[in-house]
Amino acid sequence: MTAQALPQVSRASQFRRGLKAILPILLAVTPFGMIYGALALQAGIPLAAAQSMSFIVFAGSSQFVTTQLVSQLIPGLVIVLTIFVVNLRHALYSASVAPYTQRLPFRWKAGLAYFLTDEAYAVSILHYEKEGSAGNQHWFFFGAGLGLWTCWQLSTALGIFLGAVIPASWSLDFALPLTFIALIVPALKDRAGVTASLVAGFAAVIAFSLPYKTGIIVAALIGVAAGLLVEGRK
Amino acid sequence: MSIWVVMLLGGVLTFLTRLSFIWLQDRISMPPLIRRALRFVPPAVLSVVIFQELLFRNSALDLSPTNTRLLAGVIAVIVAWRSRNPLLTIASGMAALLLLNLLFSFLGI
Repeated sequence: MTAQALPQVSRASQFRRGLKAILPILLAVTPFGMIYGALALQAGIPLAAAQSMSFIVFAGSSQFVTTQLVSQLIPGLVIVLTIFVVNLRHALYSASVAPYTQRLPFRWKAGLAYFLTDEAYAVSILHYEKEGSAGNQHWFFFGAGLGLWTCWQLSTALGIFLGAVIPASWSLDFALPLTFIALIVPALKDRAGVTASLVAGFAAVIAFSLPYKTGIIVAALIGVAAGLLVEGRK
Repeated sequence: MSIWVVMLLGGVLTFLTRLSFIWLQDRISMPPLIRRALRFVPPAVLSVVIFQELLFRNSALDLSPTNTRLLAGVIAVIVAWRSRNPLLTIASGMAALLLLNLLFSFLGI
């Protein structure tokens, strides 16, 4: 907490620093938002709902999975459960930033929790670890979160627009597995992670015909267990 | 259940997950096993969707060489692994699928 000794940085300037930190990430996020928007529309989700999902749920991977489940007419409760499981990792982020947001009033805690996406978490936790939580550091988090949020809403809108003009023969739905490949392959760094991925994938083949696509959750849990086993043996 | 109800419930659960420790830091703690397990959730879930999308056609397992989605997906995995570039991965996967489909329809397969 070295920041306490330094002169306080103003709210506006912390906010701008947060925006600046998230900016390079927005370049990578924009295409994902566009692909989501286009896929949502092609999955048969009404335009207003497709756009609203980006600010009600505001979590990329789970929105992608939702478009896939909706297009297969899966019961709503299974979709809700799947969204919940896909986003469970955010509890880790929550636990990790909690010490830094402890002294904030509840409205700030709730607001920042809404912005606690993978990307906003990544830049904010780095900032907190470097500068501590004294002063106006929460405005940095707010700046990063709002920057990402704005980008996600705009790129969703752009994608919805494109989805309406792209013909079905372009197999745009194939962008879904490709997006996931682009997200996880570079992130697989250790044997436990690779095991979790592969075991979940093979379990998915076996569990494919479980009723209501519950195979997604069952296979994912088997993959998680396999990852834990491999990690535990070290 | 309408898409709106699904989104609202999914959104509220996601928000509560994100708020959990920020709000209740002093009152709840995460069991170490859960903490370790959560790291594996994203790769596991995303892999499930990838495998199902690439290996199944019309709800049937298709491991034949005419499964162009599988071939294009494997190409994308290689590109992702070598380049670590998300955009290049998606672009080459889409291009591969388009070309393979053209090629196969040209060959009459």
